[in-house]
Amino acid sequence: MIAEIGHFALVLALAVCAVQIVLPWLGVRRGDGVLMRLGDRAAGLQFLLVGLSFSCLAAAYLGSDFSVRNVYENSHSLMPSIYKFSGVWGNHEGSLLLWVLILALSGAALAAFGQGIPDRLRALTLSVQASVAVAFLLFMLFTSNPFDRVFPPPLEGRDLNPLLQDFGLAVHPPLLYVGYVGLSISFSFAVAALIDGRVDAAWARFARPWILAAWIFLTLGIAMGSYWAYYELGWGGWWFWDPVENASLMPWLAATALLHSAVVMEKRGALKVWTILLAIIAFSLSLLGTFIVRSGVLTSVHSFASDPARGVVILGILCVFIGGSLALFAWRAPLLQQGGLFAPVSREGALVFNNLFLSASCLAVLVGTLYPLALEAWDGSKISVGPPFFNLVFIPLVLPLVLAMPFGQQLSWKRGDLAAVSQRLLVAMGIGMVGMVVAFALRGGVAALAPVGIGIGLFVVAGSISEIVSRAGRSGGGVGIIVRKAFGLPVSAWGAAIAHAGVGVMILGVAATAYEVERIANVRKGEVLNLGAYELVLKDVQRREGPNYRDTVAVFEVRRGGVVEDIAEPAKRIYPARQMPTTEVARITRGFGQIYIALGETGPEELVPVRAYWKPFVLFIWLGAVLMALGGGLSLLERRMRVGAPVPAKVVQA
Amino acid sequence: MTRKQRRFTLIAVAGAVLALAAGLVLYALRDNVAFFRTPSEVAEQKVPPGQRFRLGGLVEGGSVNKGVGDRVAFSVTDTKASVKVIYQGILPDLFREGQGVVTEGVLQADGAFRADTVLAKHDETYMPREVADALKKQGVWKDGTAPVKAP
Repeated sequence: MIAEIGHFALVLALAVCAVQIVLPWLGVRRGDGVLMRLGDRAAGLQFLLVGLSFSCLAAAYLGSDFSVRNVYENSHSLMPSIYKFSGVWGNHEGSLLLWVLILALSGAALAAFGQGIPDRLRALTLSVQASVAVAFLLFMLFTSNPFDRVFPPPLEGRDLNPLLQDFGLAVHPPLLYVGYVGLSISFSFAVAALIDGRVDAAWARFARPWILAAWIFLTLGIAMGSYWAYYELGWGGWWFWDPVENASLMPWLAATALLHSAVVMEKRGALKVWTILLAIIAFSLSLLGTFIVRSGVLTSVHSFASDPARGVVILGILCVFIGGSLALFAWRAPLLQQGGLFAPVSREGALVFNNLFLSASCLAVLVGTLYPLALEAWDGSKISVGPPFFNLVFIPLVLPLVLAMPFGQQLSWKRGDLAAVSQRLLVAMGIGMVGMVVAFALRGGVAALAPVGIGIGLFVVAGSISEIVSRAGRSGGGVGIIVRKAFGLPVSAWGAAIAHAGVGVMILGVAATAYEVERIANVRKGEVLNLGAYELVLKDVQRREGPNYRDTVAVFEVRRGGVVEDIAEPAKRIYPARQMPTTEVARITRGFGQIYIALGETGPEELVPVRAYWKPFVLFIWLGAVLMALGGGLSLLERRMRVGAPVPAKVVQA
Repeated sequence: MTRKQRRFTLIAVAGAVLALAAGLVLYALRDNVAFFRTPSEVAEQKVPPGQRFRLGGLVEGGSVNKGVGDRVAFSVTDTKASVKVIYQGILPDLFREGQGVVTEGVLQADGAFRADTVLAKHDETYMPREVADALKKQGVWKDGTAPVKAP
């Protein structure tokens, strides 16, 4: 019964969406405010209905109702409740439902918090938003219904893929989806503006908080995915340039560019057409990502199902929305009023520089990701484009961007003074230089890029701090006064500085991976394995029973200078329901570094195959991402207060 | 700067960045992609030693030989031909005899394949797509039959 309610709610949501497309749009055509505002109601209702449907599926999962095919295929009665719940989106149909839920949530949030936005723009935006929802609801109802039944109902489920039985599944997909799908709002804003034929600086003021919010979640979602892959897959890597990772990186790069170009649009009324195009591209890349991940054209942990029919339908949706919005852009963009041009050496100029390099790197990742698919379609040959390609292409394109970042932050609007900015950055440059030289001296053996990375990372972090210091100390004064003034700076200034420092912190973490120590060995009980400054001693090998798995645990003492500091318990885990083994990695955190121990397959002998790493400063990689998101959050805090107030569109002199 | 000069600067910089990106992509695509080959194709084609490629197929039953330390040797087969693979490292969790596998590396002069990466499936019902396609081409595997369990 619950399943039928969920199914029915989806159908109702589809009907509501149809209303949400047509009526607000009609309202705009006729200038009827009541019809326009109906969009708000419809968006709220749509969210309630999809939410009800989602709750029904969640209830089926929590109650282990194996008469629902989706639950039968992806759950097990012995699984802990948290995995039963997160298992809702650990499969193709359920993850689509989550996608649609967040799409509906975005629309409802716009209706609820976007009352400061003119009715006309909001109505058109919600109408576009509903058209995306219709496509995905139809897709779900016709090809991927999560509420299909099995008859007769099996007694036990087939269990969730063990790799997904992790806290990561509870966090990573929802965060990532809020980011991915949240970009739909800026897309709808852009399409609405094109339909309306009017774009001004106020558009950017309305759209920016939504872009920023989506970007924050996207950043956190990608970082969480990376951390999850790092500890779950047992290879100790944090980024594999897997097509699925690229699928999330591309919208992130585009959204980052969008975030910055929208600033120029809001503050200076320039880059209007480009910003609109970026908004369309960012969400198009999200759709492309959904296609790559969900169609099964690529082999990965994310491709739950490889039903070709589904791939074709998603490809169809992709073509309609990307093609349609780009065609609309080509048709209407020439009508938009062009913004003014500006001096190359200025904040605007720096932000254009940022946009150029971000788009170029995004394009390069796109080519590398799609090239194998295109080549296979062309002549049937199968190739893989892996890390060597992406490292070679991506790093040179991102380096200039990162190097220019501290300069861009300090350039003033309209006409910047590069010499003065360089002077202010002298200390930061010095810190970077010293860091690089020290890194070279400490370990000459590592790749030359690593010390350079450390230098750049330090420069970026120091540059962000100097931005705050120089803003606070503009009128001089002692240390006390500068500190007091620094705390008096607008929250958004802190937000930008923290987010940019986060980039530097992440670079430091990535560069530090060159200094990691790796040991691969077969260890006997009592044997000592030296790992940098630490010694690992295998004390025991034990068997343990979990609720739906069995562990073979190797108990290691972690010693430093002969003193026992910690116990590490890496394990090999087997899930009987699927006869599938996984590696449970042990991580011991020391400062920002980690000792990382993974077990191999144990043979009949007493030997335990071990792969152990000492990874200095590895946590900086994800800490950097968290700082970026935190900086974004601070900026949002200030923005929200401003957007909440009903400010009339201010005329910006371009 | 006049308006014209500003526009020119913008276009020139944009062009330069795009050219840089395009150049990098083309250069990197020349040497940094790995072709997928089946054991039969390796036998027919005379791949020069030292060229990187991906070798995929089934792990031949009874061929896995664990050597000293973490060295391991096994054969990859598509049932028509098979290639000996040497790998140093810890094998993925789902590496098993008779199951699909994709390895990446180079051929040695003695005809053995020295792999530095071994990929198995992420899911027990899932066959690497390249391997599934290759096996279908050989007529070994038809949809719905072994070696993949029906859902």
